[in-house]
Formats: sequence, structure tokens, C-alpha cells
Amino acid sequence: MTQSTAVVPGGRRVPRNVTRRRVVSAVMIVLTYLAAAAATLPLIFILANLLRQGVGSLHWHFFTSMPKPVGEEGGGMANAIAGTLMLITIASAIGLPIGIGAGLFLAEQRGTRVANVVRFLSDVLNGLPSIVVGIFAWQLLVRPFHHFSALAGGIALAVMMIPIVARTTEEMIRLVPVSLREAALALGYTRWRTSLSIVLRSALPGIVTGALVAVARIAGETAPLLFTAFGNQFWSTSPGQPIAALPLQIFSYAISPYDDWHAQAWAGALVLIALVLVISVSARFATRSRYGRGHD
Amino acid sequence: MVAGMTELAMGVTLRPQTGEHSAIALSDVRLETRGLDAFFGATRVVKDAALRVYDRQVTAIIGPSGCGKSTLLRCLNRMHETVVGARAEGEVLFSGTDVYSGGMSAVTVRRHIGMVFQRPTPFPTMSIRDNVAAGLKILPRADRPTRSGTDEIVEQALRRAALWEEVKDRLKQGAVMLSGGQQQRLCIARALATQPEVLLLDEPTASLDPTSTMRVEELVYELRADVAVVIVTHNMQQAARVSDRTAFMLAGELVEVGATSAIFTAPTDARTEAYITGRFG
Amino acid sequence: MNTADAGDRAYRVTVAAMAMVVPLLLLLVSVEVVRAGWPALHRFGIAFFTRSAWDAVNGDFGAAPAVYGTIVSSILALVLATPLAVGSALFLSEFAPRWLQQPVAFLVDLLAAIPSVVYGLWGILVLIPWLRETVMPFLADTLKLGNTPLFSGPAYGNSMLAAGIILAIMILPYIAAVTREVLLAVPRSQREAALALGATRWEMIRDAVLPHARSGIIGGIILGLGRALGETMAVTMVIGNTHEISASLFSPGYTMASQIANEFSEATNDMHISALMAVGAGLFAITLVVNLLARWLVSRVAGERTA
Repeated sequence: MTQSTAVVPGGRRVPRNVTRRRVVSAVMIVLTYLAAAAATLPLIFILANLLRQGVGSLHWHFFTSMPKPVGEEGGGMANAIAGTLMLITIASAIGLPIGIGAGLFLAEQRGTRVANVVRFLSDVLNGLPSIVVGIFAWQLLVRPFHHFSALAGGIALAVMMIPIVARTTEEMIRLVPVSLREAALALGYTRWRTSLSIVLRSALPGIVTGALVAVARIAGETAPLLFTAFGNQFWSTSPGQPIAALPLQIFSYAISPYDDWHAQAWAGALVLIALVLVISVSARFATRSRYGRGHD
Repeated sequence: MVAGMTELAMGVTLRPQTGEHSAIALSDVRLETRGLDAFFGATRVVKDAALRVYDRQVTAIIGPSGCGKSTLLRCLNRMHETVVGARAEGEVLFSGTDVYSGGMSAVTVRRHIGMVFQRPTPFPTMSIRDNVAAGLKILPRADRPTRSGTDEIVEQALRRAALWEEVKDRLKQGAVMLSGGQQQRLCIARALATQPEVLLLDEPTASLDPTSTMRVEELVYELRADVAVVIVTHNMQQAARVSDRTAFMLAGELVEVGATSAIFTAPTDARTEAYITGRFG
Repeated sequence: MNTADAGDRAYRVTVAAMAMVVPLLLLLVSVEVVRAGWPALHRFGIAFFTRSAWDAVNGDFGAAPAVYGTIVSSILALVLATPLAVGSALFLSEFAPRWLQQPVAFLVDLLAAIPSVVYGLWGILVLIPWLRETVMPFLADTLKLGNTPLFSGPAYGNSMLAAGIILAIMILPYIAAVTREVLLAVPRSQREAALALGATRWEMIRDAVLPHARSGIIGGIILGLGRALGETMAVTMVIGNTHEISASLFSPGYTMASQIANEFSEATNDMHISALMAVGAGLFAITLVVNLLARWLVSRVAGERTA
């Protein structure tokens, strides 16, 4: 290997073992092709399994029926689907405003020590293992009240959303030219109006995308819900009660020993993935702004 | 009109300055700075500036880049202080009231003293109409025009900015679809819609092509009929073409202020003469 | 006039308050988790993380097997994922035809969008049977590795190996994305200089591109490590959840995250809950250190781009 080194100090070219060097190069390049192929294989396998197993168990009553005991035909995850939507709603209602507000702060105070510290801590929060968020929410919101609740689950998910939303909001606001802010101020806009109705408004498509990415990410989270939302075999949309969620239902069916439930878990996983993908795809569309791109 | 355009295109012809004209103007000082200093952090970029801006006149501020002319302009409507670490000291009298200590908020000052920047800044999320109406929307409820009143003001402002004929059929379209020159005239219309007494132009043609530049210059010349205009430019020919009075700035100092014809033909300060004749800057 | 100032002040205070939620949350997490884990940490001291006992009835706890399992499964994941991630990133940044770049990058990125529980489901119902019936017999019998400590013991399927493979798939997109980013940050001139000196394309990568991108790639790998350490659901579903230290990758085990996920809702006495909280605090601390390290390494190379 070292023998074939072509570049030596001083930049002199050493034409040694040219054929061997060519072969080594070709082999290594082929290896990167193989690595790329291998890196995409798991996704293809997983999606293929999901489609094959999931589509078969996916009937319309999957969306409309409640879970049934083992052995009974039919049954669905209506309560889990509703629960997941409810949890997403709670998490977004809390996480989006706080995340966007924090992002505005980071963008407007950029360069100050406070902003740097908050940005850094936001990244730390983003790297927090989801299970730690789960036990934290349990300790804070479940333990003192002695019962699980949708609200606790939603807040746990909001904790995961905030840093993502804050950072994308900051990035998007940074893309808005300073000149636009100045133009609004010069027109007699107050600072808060400038920030909200000019700067934030201009950055909105990107912020919506970031928000949707955050929602897509928390939609499939399970660990923060294990000891907070907990799951529920029955229909519930009460924020104070334990609530079912698609990921929780998939989890409990997957670790069960029954083929029927495995089939339900596949169907649930397919629905969950579809939900995540729909949100992600709408995120792409959200980036298209109302008036398109003109001059500049 | 046509003759005026030719003159503008020639680029060097000076506007005749009649004594009568000056006499009227002198009686109407709209904006006056006294002992104005502007700082970025500890650096003083405008030093002890004394400038008068008269109604129905175009006042040009010229000088080499970095001389502080834009900063001086931005002190007039309190835009300077929006930059982190920037502050101004001294007086800026607007119709006799100090904008810094006379009980006016920055927002009020800016409503009365409009500003247009070097690069066009249409609000990208708004239609052409909404851009022009942007300053009206934020007026106190009592002063806010009705919907039809707004439409009228928008048309008037666009006409004054010589843009109406080009956009009247697509007021609902996005403002970013306009060309650079149209965008700049849109920004002028936006600034005019709230009926400011003074219009500040910070190198308004720096990013425009020659044709658009000519249209904006022509517009500036016409605007002085009912608004005092201050224009910062690094282009001496432009100052000569559009302004009644010219201020020459160098290294933060107002070296010489006077009738444009006088400044360009018989400057009293040697530094002004050196700049005018192209020896530096 | 003053209403304008009041509005500005209200806005500034509101936005600052929202930003302060971030430090407040982190502080709360640290305080609450450590406080809840304190009885166990206080009773067993730092030795909590090196003891192997786990006796809920008698209240005797030690997290060594979970710590061991966390480290082994994560390292296994890195060993499996790194070559694929770096290789595919090199492919995308250096060799891939233009039309192939977008789709392949998209597919790799998409791995990061699949929820953990779906990986777990796939792990239980597809990966584990495959490991048990094909891979493990192949490794043990066909390759005659059955007598080496790493591949000994019965092939249950649920195992450290399964956890490592699942984690490898899950962290691959993160390593690949960061690597791609730092490779793109290597100046063109570096590559051209090497090629101009007569280097082959591989030599150009080895001598000009990789040295320049090295600490960024290592940062990406450590970022992946941070992900692997804290990953919960998929691991819980395939690792077997056994409080034991075994050298064999065929044996079931525990990770810190999976132990919490698996036992928390069954823990009834306070010391058990406290022990699990202490495990959580330890996990928090480890991921914190690892993430900081990754951030520092990546920011050194890519500067503002990925930091």
C-alpha cells in the first residue's frame, strides 16, 4: 500500500507499480459501490416486509374498529390512531409555540452569550435519549398524580419537539435578509410587528417544514409514551386519562406470541409509516411559497 | 418632460437655481441636525453634523464610501439605533421637535420620515397592493383608512411612484415578480403611501440598471413638489442631476453644504473641490 | 407611543421566556432524574455502575450488565455501520453518477425516518428468525466459530448480535449524512492537486480527501454512537432483556435504555424505581459526553455548516 503512494513530499511523482495502483483504485471504488448498495438494502427489506405483511392485514375496519381479543376476527386500532393524533395535537400545541419563540429569540439575539448558551443547550436537549425523557415526564407528571395521562405523554413528546423546532426556526429566520427587517422598521413597524408579520411571515414556509419534520419524528416515538400515555385498550380522548397510541399498540402486539396480533402490528406499522411519510411529503410541499420565486 | 429626460440622460446639466426658489425654501426648514454624532460601539462615524433639509427640495449627501453618509441619513429617522451597538447623540429637529428627546417614539418618527434602501425590499409574502398598503395597515385604528380608502391611496402612491400603469392589472400578484427597477419604485410608493413629510433615499439606484436608474431619478425630481427628499449617493452626476442642495461628507465630517450649483461649480473647501474634480474617492 | 414600546417589551419578554424553557427543561431533567435515582446512587455509590446484582426483592442493585450491554451493542453497531456509511458517503460524493446521487441519498436518509418501534417489529418477526435459523448456525457451524467465546452458546435469536445489527441500520443514516457533509466540505483544490500529481482516484481519496475530512467523519461516527447508546424500543424488542454479562454475541443481554423500558412499569418498590432512575441518569451522562465530543469534532471540520 505504502509502496504505491503516488504523492511524496515535494510533490514528486513516483511512477511505481502503476498497474497495481490502478487495480487497487478500481477495487476500492467498487467497494464503495457495494457499500452504497448494502446501505440501501435494509430499507428495501423493511419496506418490502411492511408492504407484504401489512397490506394483507389492512382492512377498512382497521381504522374503524377497536382492538379485539386474541382469536377474534377483525379488530383494529381506531383508538390508537385517534390517540396518536391526540398526542400529536397536544405535543404540537405546547411544543410549536415554545420552539418557534425560542427560535425567534436565537435568531434575534444571535451572537450574544445568552443565545449561544441556549443554542448549545438546545442541541444537548435534542440528544437526550427518548427513554430519559420518558422517565423524566413520569417523575414530574405521573408520579405525583398517581395515574397515567395523555397530557403527560403529549408533554413528553413536546420536550422532544422543542429543540428541533427551535433550531429550524432559527435557521429559517436567518435566511430572511436583514434588509427586509429594516424596511419594515423604516415604515414605522414596531419591533414585535416587524418580527412577527414581516420576518416570521417571510420565513413561514421553512418553519412549517421544520414543524412538520418535528411532528413526523415524534409521531413514531414510543419510549416517551411507555410510562406517560401508557396505552389504553379502550376508546379515550380525555387528556387526563391513559390513552392509546399507534406505536404503543404496535409494541405490545409485536412482543405478544400471537400471529393475529403480529398481523395487526404489521398493519399498524404500515399505517404509522404512511402517516410519517405523508407528514414528511407535505413538509416538502409547504416550502413552496405563495408567490413563487421572482427576481432576487 | 421630454427635455428633462434628455437633460437627465446627458447627465451633467445642472438645474438652474433661482434666488427666488432659495428664498422660499429657506423659510421651510423641515429637518435640521445640530451637533449630531453617531457611533458604532466606540467609533464615532458621524462628527458634529449640522445639516438642514428644506421642504420642496432635494438634498443630496455625497462623499467617498465609508464617509458616514448613510449613517447620517439613518440618524434622521432613528434607523441607526436599530443596529446592535449603534447610538446617536445630538439633536435632529423634525418640524422643530427633536426626534430623539422630543417625546416622539422611533415608530412615530419613521411614520413621518419615510426611507428607501439601496436594494429593493418588497415584502415577499405580500401582493403588490398589500406592499404599498403595508404602512397603512399598522396605523392606529383611528387613522387607518377603509378598504376602499386604502385602494385609493395605493393607486395614488403608485401613480406618484410612476408605477401605476405598469402594475394596475396585477395588483394581486406577488411583488417579487416585478423587475428590480419596478421593485424599487414599489418601495418608493410604499414609503409615500403614509404621506411622510420627508423621504430618505439611501443610494436608491445602486443596484439598478441605467434605464431604471433614470426613471427613479426622474421620479425623485418630481417628488420634491410635495415632500422633502434627502438622497445619499456615491454618484456625483446623480447628485448634480437630481438635487437642489448638496452636502459633501468626508471621514464623518460634513465638509460643505450648499446649493448644488455652487458645490459643483465653485466649492469653497479645498477638500470638496478635490473630490468633485475626481482627485480622490 | 408608549404602547409601541410596551408591545416591544412584551414581545421581547415572551420570546425570551420561551427560549428559557430550553435550559429550564434540561435543568429539570437533570435534577429530577438524579433526585429520583439518588436513593440507589447514595446506597451503592459510584459502584452502582460496576456491580452486577439485580435483586428487586432484596433491594440489591447494580447496573454493570446494562452498562456492558449498552457499550457492546453500540460498538458492534459502529463496527457494522461505519464501513457501509463511509463507503456509501464516498460513493455519493465522489463516484456516483449524477442521476443516482439523489435517489440513493434519499433512500439512506429515509432510514432515519422509520420509527424505532417499526425497526423492533421487523427485528422480532424477520431479523430474529433469520438470525436463529440461518446466520447463527452459519457462523457457529459452517464457519466453525462456535467454539470462540464471541459466537458460543445456543442460538436463541434474541441477542446482543440482533441488537447490534438493528442499531447499525438505525445509526447508518446519521453517520452517512455527516460524512457526506464533511466530504463535500473538502475543497476541490485538494482533490485536483492530488489528481494533478498523478494519483489514482482512490489515492486521491486516501491522501487528500480522507485526511482532510477525518475528524469530521469521526465526529459523525461518534454522533451515531450517541444515537446507539440511547436507542430504546428496537433494542428492547430484540436484545432478550437478561441481566447478565456474557462474552457471546449470541447471548441475550440488556442495555441501560432497554432495562428501563422493560422493567419500569413492573417496578413496584421504591428502590427498584430509584435504581432504574439511576440507570437513566447514567445514560443521560454518557450520551451527553458522547454528543458533546461529536459536536466538537464535527464543528472543527465543517464549521457552521453542520455544527
